[in-house]
This record gives sequence, structure tokens and C-alpha cells, in this order.
Amino acid sequence: MMPPQRPVPGEPLIKVENLCKTYSLDSGIKGSRAINSQVLFDVNLAIDRGEFVAIMGHSGSGKSTLMNILGCLDTPTSGHYWLDGRDIASLSDDELARVRNRNIGFVFQGFNLLKRMTALDNVAAPLLYAGVSRAEGRKRAQELLGQTGLGKFATYQPTQLSGGQQQRVAISRALVNNPQLILADEPTGNLDTQTSREIMAIFEQLNREQGITIVLVTHEDDIAACTRRLVRLQDGRVVHDGEAPA
Amino acid sequence: MSLLAIIGEALRALRLNRLRTGLTMLGMIIGVAAVVLMLAVGQGAQTTVNQAISSMGSNLFIVVPGATSSGALRSGAGSVQTLTMGDALAIAHLPSIKATAPLITSTAQLNYGANNWSTSVTGVTPDYFKVRDWPAESGALFTETDLRSATRVVILGQITAQNLFGDEDPTGKTVRIKNSPFLVAGVLAPKGQSLDGRDQDDAVFIPITTGQRQIFGNQFPGTIRFLMVQGRSAEVMDEAETEINQLLRQRHRITEGTENDFTVRNMAALAAVATGAAKVMSIMLGSIASISLLVGGIGIMNIMLVSVTERTREIGIRMAIGANRRAILMQFLLEALVICILGGLAGVAIGIGGAWAVSRATDMVVVITFGMVALAFAFASAVGIFFGFYPARKAAALKPVEALRYE
Repeated sequence: MMPPQRPVPGEPLIKVENLCKTYSLDSGIKGSRAINSQVLFDVNLAIDRGEFVAIMGHSGSGKSTLMNILGCLDTPTSGHYWLDGRDIASLSDDELARVRNRNIGFVFQGFNLLKRMTALDNVAAPLLYAGVSRAEGRKRAQELLGQTGLGKFATYQPTQLSGGQQQRVAISRALVNNPQLILADEPTGNLDTQTSREIMAIFEQLNREQGITIVLVTHEDDIAACTRRLVRLQDGRVVHDGEAPA
Repeated sequence: MSLLAIIGEALRALRLNRLRTGLTMLGMIIGVAAVVLMLAVGQGAQTTVNQAISSMGSNLFIVVPGATSSGALRSGAGSVQTLTMGDALAIAHLPSIKATAPLITSTAQLNYGANNWSTSVTGVTPDYFKVRDWPAESGALFTETDLRSATRVVILGQITAQNLFGDEDPTGKTVRIKNSPFLVAGVLAPKGQSLDGRDQDDAVFIPITTGQRQIFGNQFPGTIRFLMVQGRSAEVMDEAETEINQLLRQRHRITEGTENDFTVRNMAALAAVATGAAKVMSIMLGSIASISLLVGGIGIMNIMLVSVTERTREIGIRMAIGANRRAILMQFLLEALVICILGGLAGVAIGIGGAWAVSRATDMVVVITFGMVALAFAFASAVGIFFGFYPARKAAALKPVEALRYE
């Protein structure tokens, strides 16, 4: 295992250079050629520590693919991606798992909580993979649930919670290992307006008070308006990068 | 991630699907129970055979009168009484022979008071009890003096003693054999079943001379029914067989090219065949039972494959929050292993219970050793690892992004 590299001052947290992603779709017909479909074309992007960025685009614009690559869930076909100064392409599967565990917190549209596990165990799950003892993990998870206002729902299972509550459990889980970066893929996509506002308030607070870098994908303008920078993708290319429209 | 935490996750997953876990485990339970039970029965059969063999006496030959032919007509074995007391004495002097025991047998009615019992009456020499390694339990065996003077003494087998005397001590009492009074000298120690299933304790023994002259009435005095010969050691058995053959051919004046009028049977070889057969049976029972264990293992693989597919999304989530391939592999492998170990434990318990029930319900001997329990258990664990590995590897090989996207 590589020793964790110290963050280089002045270096952006996320740096993406000429990133391309091509999916090879096997048509399933014997003898026929695989169909290649390029989703990302030469994407360049740099995100500094403490930024709050929205990525927007129509469906098929490649925003989810970009998020998956930024989250080390997927690998680029070509180009470079440095996270915290480390070249992600050079990391092994195990090291990628470690990066996902320690450096990144995920929040998904469908919450992606582990079924039939209590909220507490869901929040503590990443600590299990970090080698933290169960007792200590539960203690930390309980604290985080308290901070997101779910303290008394610790023993509830995801199906017993509302969408907003589930998303707050997911945010607690994303925070449990003190990540530098939170990646949120349409975190309000399944929520009503009121709950969406509450969730966005939590993100804003995390960004403002704890300085956590947040990148979120959305296609709603008013959600993007909560952020401070907007990156717009169209057909796999960055077509706008700048101030978020107020 | 610590192994303990992974075991915890595996147990939790198994608890969530109790019925499925139980049914999968059942395959394992039946397999392991069958192996333990079959091994116990097989081992029991082997023990029974070994006991029967050792009860016969060691390094034994049995010499029986052989077939004769007069002209074209051939009579069966034992059709003439060609063996004599003289043959027995001569063979006893061969260097590779330890002792000989000539026998004559018949069946007779025995009376004591109001009790009577029909059993086999065997005329023997004192050496017989040495050859058979058969001591007296009470009283004494008869002596060379009894043999020479053809005394009317009798030694009872356990079963005969019980049937004639019940709880009474037979030593010193008088029984009537074919209405002739015989003094009971002693009672033999119990011997159990012989290889052919006869109860060896249902018999009485008298000096062979007494039998020849007073009980059996024989048209050829001095002939015997058959002869037991004990070799000096297991190593000289082949040599002894040759010597017996040569000596008897010489004594019976059998010319070159003529068939023997006797047959020498090496009981050690016979015993080896019987032991071999029991061993083969034991192995066969075990192998048949292990097939059910194999089927149980395939059941585990089947369920684990379904489980991996069903939980693809869960695997994706776990990978997203930091599970590496090893953690996923271990979780699924341990789920299979836990099923096997719990199933193995239950199977061992049921197998032992079943063996006990079999030994209670029938008179079959069952033997359970720590070795066979350990073997069944180790086999079950090996099945778990073997059949659990492929589904576990399949789970671990999933790509995080694809697993997450799986609906």
C-alpha cells in the first residue's frame, strides 16, 4: 500500500485532464462487432478544496459517468484524474477501495442504504471496512445521526424511514470517515421540494462549516442555485464552467 | 476489515434468509449424518468380523478329509475318514508347527435333573483349548491323564451351562450324555459367534478318546473328523502348509500324480479375505454417503450463486463505501462455510444419534471413532470452501459501477 500523499498546497483536490470514456457495448450477436459509444470527450476540470460544485446536463450528457469516475467507481478510457494529488489510474483495486472508504463519501439518488440493516449499522458500515471496531463505529454513527437530527431513529430500518430521513442516513454514512469530498448524484431526485430544501441546507452547512468539498449532479436549476459553481455538460463535453446562476 | 466483522456480516445475511439457510443447511446435515452413520455401521461390521476371526485362534490350519474317487465315481469332501490320531501326532512334531488338535463331533442330548438340551458334543485333546486360546471360566480343563484313560469328564460352553444349570454352578455335577454319566470339570469362557454365524458357546467338549470309545461308535477306530493345526508364527505359515501336505501324502501313501485325500485350509488367508470384504463394504458405504455430501455442496453453490445475483446491488453499495474485493470474497465464502460448519455439527450429532438408534434397534455393532467424525466434518468444510469459492469470486469480481446500477 502506498503511503498517503500529503496534499500539495495550491494543488486542486480534483484535477481532470483530457478525460475520455468509451463504453463498449457487445451487441450480443455472434460475429458482429462490438458497438463503441463514447460518453465523455476530453473533459478538463479542476475543483479546489472547499468548493461546492453542481454538475448539470440532460440525461445522456455524461454527468453520471463523470461522477462515477470522480468517485473511483469507474475508470476512464483515457486521460488523467488526480484526486488529492494522487494519480487514480495508477492505483490498484484495493487502493481504490481504500480511497472510496477514506476520502470520498457518496450520496445517491436512490439512497442505496443496505436493506434490513438499522440506520445505525448503515452509517457505521464504512467504518467496518476501515478496521474500526464495531462498538467504536456505533458510537461515531450515533453522533452523526444526532447531528442530522435522526438520533432517535437509530434502530429503524431504511424501509421504516421517509425518503428525507433515508437520505439523511445516507449523508451521515458519507460523513462517517471524515472524507474530504462528498459526491452526490441527484441527491434530491426522489424527494419533494420541502425535503429537498432541507437536504440542500445540510450540504450547504457541511460545505460552509466543515469545509468539505461537495460535487453534486442535478438537473434542477433551483438545486444548482444552492451551489457556488456550475459545470454544464452536453453530449460529453463541458459547455459551461463558472458562477452558479443565482 | 477484521475477520470477526466479516463473520458477523455473514451471520447477519444468513439470519435474514432463515428458511433458505435452513434448507441449504439440511443438504449438508443429511450428507454429514449419512457419512457418519455409514462409517459407523461399516466400522462396526469390520469389528464384528475381526472379533470372530480372533476368536477362532491365530495362525490356524484346518485339515479336513478330502474327496476320494473309486473309478469314475467321485465322492465329496469328507466322504471318507482318512485322518487319524496318528496323523495329528505326526504333524505336531513338524518343526514349524506349535500344536495340533484332532476333533470328532456329533450331536447329542444332554440331561441334568429335569433339564435337557441338545447340543454339539466335540471330542478333543487338551491342546484344543490352547490352539483356540480358550480358557476355562470356572473349574478346570481336562488333562492328558483324562485323555489316556478316556475318563467321562465334560467341559461345558457358556450357553449349554446356562440351559442345563441356570444359575447353579455346574462344576462337580454330573450330566448325562446319551444316558452316560459325565462329570462336569469346568465351564469355558464365553467365545461368541464364529465367522459362519454359529454360537461357539453352545457346545460341550469331552476327551477325544472317550468320544471314540464310548459315545460316537465308529466303524474305523482312531479316525478323526478333522484336525486343527497351529503354526509357530504368521511368518512360517506357507512353509507349514507345504510340510503338512508332504507329510500327509507320505503317511497316506499317495503316489505322484494322484489327488490328495485331504485338504489343508489356511484360516489366516480366509480371515484376510473376510477382513478385506468388510473393509470394502465399509469404504463402499462411506463413498455412497459422501455422494449425498457432494449433492449438498452443489446445493450450497446453487444458493450462493442465486444470492450473489440477488444481492448484486448490495455488493455495489458495499464496494462504494469501501469494501475491497477480499472483503466481499470473504463475506460470501464465510456464508457458505458457516452453513457447512453448522450443518456439519448438526449432521455429526444426528449421525451419532442414528448410529445409536441402529445399534439399539438391531443387533448390529456400530463403532464411532473421533477420526470418522473429524473426517466427515473436514469433508463438509472442504465442500463448503470448494463450492462456496466460485460464487464468492463471482461476487468479488463485480465492477462497482455495474453492481450499483444493477436493478
